[in-house]
Amino acid sequence: MSAKENFFKVKHLYNRAGFGISYSDLQKLSRKNVDKVVSDLLKEPKPNDLITLVDGMESKRQMLIQSGLYAKKDLNDEEKKMRQEIVRMQNEVSKDLNITWVNKMINTTSPLREKMTLFWHGHFACRSNDPLYAQQLNNIQRLHGLGSFKTLLVEVSKSPAMLQYLNNQQNRKGKPNENFARELMELFTLGRGNYTEHDIKESARSFTGWMYDKDGTFIFRQNLHDEGPKTFFGKTGNFDGENIIDLILEKPETATFIARKIYKFFVNDQPNEDHVKELSSHFYASNYQISELVKKMFTADWFYNSENVGTKIKSPVEFLVGLSREFYVTYNKPQILIQLQSSLGQYLFNPPNVAGWPGGQSWIDSSSLMLRMRIPSLVLNDGEIDFSGKADPEDEAVIALNRSATANANAKAKPKSYVNANADWPKFIDTLPKRISPLELTEFLLQPKLNDKIIKMVSDNKGLRSTAVEITSMPEYQLG
Amino acid sequence: MNRRNFLRNTGFVAAGSLFVPAFMKPLEAMALDELSLYKNLVVVQLSGGNDGLNTVVPFGNDIYYQKRKNIAIKPEDVIKLNDMQGLNPNMAALQEIHDQGWMTIINDVGYPNPDRSHFRSMDIWQTGSDSNQFLSTGWIGRYLDSNCQTCKFPYTAIEVDDSLSLAMKGQTKKGIALKDPAALFRNTNNPFFKAVLQGDKEHLDEDNLGYLYKTMIETQSSASYIQNTSKIYQSKATYPNTGFSNQLKTVSKFISSGLKTRVYYVSLSGFDTHVNQTTQQGNLLKQYSEGMAIFLKDLKANNKLEDTLVVTFSEFGRRVEQNASNGTDHGTANNMFIFGGRLKKQGIFNAAPNLSDLDGGDLKYQLDFRQVYGTILDKWLDVNNSEILNKKFNTLDFI
Repeated sequence: MSAKENFFKVKHLYNRAGFGISYSDLQKLSRKNVDKVVSDLLKEPKPNDLITLVDGMESKRQMLIQSGLYAKKDLNDEEKKMRQEIVRMQNEVSKDLNITWVNKMINTTSPLREKMTLFWHGHFACRSNDPLYAQQLNNIQRLHGLGSFKTLLVEVSKSPAMLQYLNNQQNRKGKPNENFARELMELFTLGRGNYTEHDIKESARSFTGWMYDKDGTFIFRQNLHDEGPKTFFGKTGNFDGENIIDLILEKPETATFIARKIYKFFVNDQPNEDHVKELSSHFYASNYQISELVKKMFTADWFYNSENVGTKIKSPVEFLVGLSREFYVTYNKPQILIQLQSSLGQYLFNPPNVAGWPGGQSWIDSSSLMLRMRIPSLVLNDGEIDFSGKADPEDEAVIALNRSATANANAKAKPKSYVNANADWPKFIDTLPKRISPLELTEFLLQPKLNDKIIKMVSDNKGLRSTAVEITSMPEYQLG
Repeated sequence: MNRRNFLRNTGFVAAGSLFVPAFMKPLEAMALDELSLYKNLVVVQLSGGNDGLNTVVPFGNDIYYQKRKNIAIKPEDVIKLNDMQGLNPNMAALQEIHDQGWMTIINDVGYPNPDRSHFRSMDIWQTGSDSNQFLSTGWIGRYLDSNCQTCKFPYTAIEVDDSLSLAMKGQTKKGIALKDPAALFRNTNNPFFKAVLQGDKEHLDEDNLGYLYKTMIETQSSASYIQNTSKIYQSKATYPNTGFSNQLKTVSKFISSGLKTRVYYVSLSGFDTHVNQTTQQGNLLKQYSEGMAIFLKDLKANNKLEDTLVVTFSEFGRRVEQNASNGTDHGTANNMFIFGGRLKKQGIFNAAPNLSDLDGGDLKYQLDFRQVYGTILDKWLDVNNSEILNKKFNTLDFI
């Protein structure tokens, strides 16, 4: 295998398994065999780097005050104020949590683990107003994201965030609530068509009593659990929730459903069913070890086939994190990260519904695409694309318009764009080889193969910085 | 009109060179001018769950006053429409509209097994799904996907906002979101972006890169078309200076300048009135009504009211009984407003909500919201509603 070939393989691997790679790291890793690079990626130590922003004790205290306040019928002014204050603080902390995670993705030394967390965040999609619960669930997905799928599934099912979101807190003996039981099979494990309405009813009965207490800790309330016999997938027994999960995992369709979804996230929006089958049988045989599935996927020859390289539309978070990581960006007002997630259609911790973000081409519409192509210049260069192409006469009017808009902006003495970010250009340039050409830089920054037009566009560029700004502002940069 | 003119007129000439990939197929739509009867639909979303009972007030029902001791609208303040229901006094601007016969109120619109979460219920309304079904396309998006005679342009559906709602996203086609046509025009005509598109033919494949280029070209040509068609038009009407009225003003400008767009989408938010509802909802209803009244009169003055249908919805109504904070909590069925110059049934369309037959304290729905969509799709947008809504819904006779 040639060094050049390895260079592109590792670049592709890090783009999909992580959020990109610096040129200097890429050069180092390209000297290794790709299988070795994959096993090193997976060999990350068990993380002790969970998110610990939300202080459990403080948030519990607030919850207690709040539940007391909500139970009360008539609040006096001071109590009303206190309740508003708690809601305000929770919103504030929720935003901090979001920014903390985005920064973690930007700065992490365990990119695969964060990428996997992002995958499970969309798979086990959940909203919680309580930042402590949201943090707990996020940490479960981080801690078990590469471990046993069964453990992950059980832990997610027991998390207060999910119990609350899918109403299992209201699922009681004699008064079952089927919300969790339905989504468990439809969205988390089997997918439609692999179970009956009757299975949902019996599963819901089995999960009665799975609740959380005032401290935000899982509790199995025996007295609310339906102990009677249930018939699920044709088997009868006095099942509880874990029995149901075991029965669901016995079905190979679960392995296929998860493998296909992981394939669509990491490899291609359009699944190749032969490849999915390869992954799912390996996953099933490994007793649902996620790391086994992932390793199989990243070491498969087809993972590096041209139809799978530079052909996926980056999600908004992949796009923002990748750009920020690449150019060592700091955000002077981190709130902008939330605004951008929201405008681009992927506001973390706020999925559109329990089915998560649909992904693929649905990320792109006219407004999100135009914004995505504007963001690099806003983040890296305060809104300027130093483009000196030859304008045809028709363009003159537009250029004049732009000039006056720019002049107005300058007149306001507002030197930074509204994104208000700083890229560390010296640090970025430092990672590059001494004599790198604009064309070589382009080849590094873009995942899709270069075509004549791009080659022509950058061939008369002089600076690396202007090249970088131009290249990241192209439609091709939206692909990873 | 020959092919070349058609392309030029509709802005399909991108970056100065004539290239139209086969899969964009804009050419069958040649006879558009002849179709000329350009019917517009304007969708107005009230976000947060508008309290329908304090909007269209059932002043003739004692239960209303019993359940809403602190927040009920007094009978003498209600703008009476019949002897049971009338409008919130903040909606005075709509009285004239009602009296002109330009307004229909449909009571108790909802869906089975209602969801009380804002996000979920808004999804259901925007996608037109059942309450236990998750669709990733919106009802207007699927209308665009249907590729009917009059809905194949990238500017068929415009949302006057910075980002596009799910309602406007189809599988293969999407509406376009823009707040300011001049800004979008400037942005898409940035010399760098123009250079990116220059002579780029090989990318117009049906893969993801092709999709990006196609979206970019369509955005650019739409932005040019919208800007060039609408820039000369100056409305004579004076709109109130609110965000909502500004959206309507933009829509009016687009409609009146003859843009061949069929669906417009605007929204007004802040209706989640759990606390001290009266002032907050009152302000919003005032903004809504004053904006809407001017908008409709503006269209009338431009001879466009006959060709325009406006539909207003919110993701849910609110509980019949008020809460302890002089507000209301999330509920279920709600009223919808229809406006236009060609309404078949004007005024109040169906019976007022039955406040003595509730479902756990919430209104029971009389009509499925997809019957309203179905009616609009069948009778206004001329597509078979079962193709868009995945099953056939009986239509109503308000149009």
